[in-house]
Amino acid sequence: MEHNTMNLNLKVWRQKNNNTKGEFKLYRVENISAEMSFLEMFDVLNEQLVVTGEEPVAFDHDCREGICGMCSMYINGKPHGPWQANTTCQLHMRAFKDGDTIVVEPWRANAFPVVKDLMVDRSAFDRIIQAGGYISVNTGNAVDGNALPINKKDADDSFAAAMCIGCGACVAACKNSSAMLFMSAKVSHLALLPQGDPERNSRVLNMVAQMDKEGFGACTNTGACEATCPKEISLSNIARLNQEYLSASLVADK
Amino acid sequence: MTWKQVFTSSVGKKLVMGLTGISLVLFLVVHASINATVFADLFNSEENGEMFNKAAHFMGSTVLIRIMEIGLFGGIILHIAQGYLLSLENQQKRSVGYAVAYKDGSKWYSRSMGLLGTIILLFLVLHLYHFWVSARFTNKGLEESVSYNGVEMHNMFGLMKATFSEWWIFLVYSLGCISLGYHLAHGFQSAFRTLGVHNKRYTTMLISIGYGFSVFITLVFILMPLSFLLGWIG
Repeated sequence: MEHNTMNLNLKVWRQKNNNTKGEFKLYRVENISAEMSFLEMFDVLNEQLVVTGEEPVAFDHDCREGICGMCSMYINGKPHGPWQANTTCQLHMRAFKDGDTIVVEPWRANAFPVVKDLMVDRSAFDRIIQAGGYISVNTGNAVDGNALPINKKDADDSFAAAMCIGCGACVAACKNSSAMLFMSAKVSHLALLPQGDPERNSRVLNMVAQMDKEGFGACTNTGACEATCPKEISLSNIARLNQEYLSASLVADK
Repeated sequence: MTWKQVFTSSVGKKLVMGLTGISLVLFLVVHASINATVFADLFNSEENGEMFNKAAHFMGSTVLIRIMEIGLFGGIILHIAQGYLLSLENQQKRSVGYAVAYKDGSKWYSRSMGLLGTIILLFLVLHLYHFWVSARFTNKGLEESVSYNGVEMHNMFGLMKATFSEWWIFLVYSLGCISLGYHLAHGFQSAFRTLGVHNKRYTTMLISIGYGFSVFITLVFILMPLSFLLGWIG
């Protein structure tokens, strides 16, 4: 592939902390290689800022391999940028052209308050998981994995749901800031397996209650979450969650 | 988990929207079928709206249907009130909006259910004023009744003919029906998803039926005022 470099204009959201009002700032980066990742381009910008004495842009990142779910930029009007089934860290600069202006914003949802610049607090997701996204197992020897027969299709569907890395792009993309795609992936992942069956009713009821408490919106099935999800979690998981919720509330004790 | 908790949760509120939505879809089928009797005129020049007037009389004078009408109004009011509350609540979940909106991932009509619903509501007010209020209360435009086999009844066919003789009314009705079509294009399949239908076999089927139904219902409803306006019937 031909090697080329580009000069870019960046319009980046800067916000000191959750109590202050943020604003966009314009930056220019030059000589950016097309083979760089988007976060490497931001590393270049930050080094530039350090030299000029300005505070570097804070952004979340960890593995930079597209599997941890930490990176979280909303780039040119789409979570994780223009590519499909892709995370920000795996977005490469060949997606852009010389002279482009790129607008970079944090995930915007009241349930994800801005910590600083492009970093948001996604601990609401952790609390949803704590409310029911687990199975209880007695201590003792681990059972043989193959002792429990599981239908191949269920195992595959469960695994597809378990692909969710909890990055929050679904919330960022949703016009209602709903966490339903994330939560439905967790509910489906466990509901499809025999290990998840004993706690299936309390799980879905508690997780939905926690999601509402955290201040996420309701799902209106627009499909924006599915279209932007880096792990291509299917919208049908949300319908499965609805079914789980309906049947759990029908048989609830009181 | 009490019933109150269920129906005030985000999933429960959507369940109310879905259930009332599906019952309103059933109402549309009945409404379109009964109204389609105006087309009997096309096949019989002596007809002059007799079949339609009889059908309208049956709907207005049968006790069971009048009781069902109360349920219909309840469903419409619940659907509207819950819809507005949900839209408002959902909007409040993002205080600081995006500079660049995300539009590629969803259809415009899926994102505009509140707006489309509002247009339908405004249309509904006009539509009820034209026909329902006249037939039930004011008798406006229904001063001359018709009688078939000795049974006297409203000449609803005549009222339709008079109402749809004006272009602007036809245009407002068309706008209302097209909004309804787009509202259904999203609402039909979304209602079933909310009720928990997730098997691919049914979702693909429901999506196709939903689109087909939206187009069909829009065309059938627009065809009626158009036929009166252009003098095809009446």
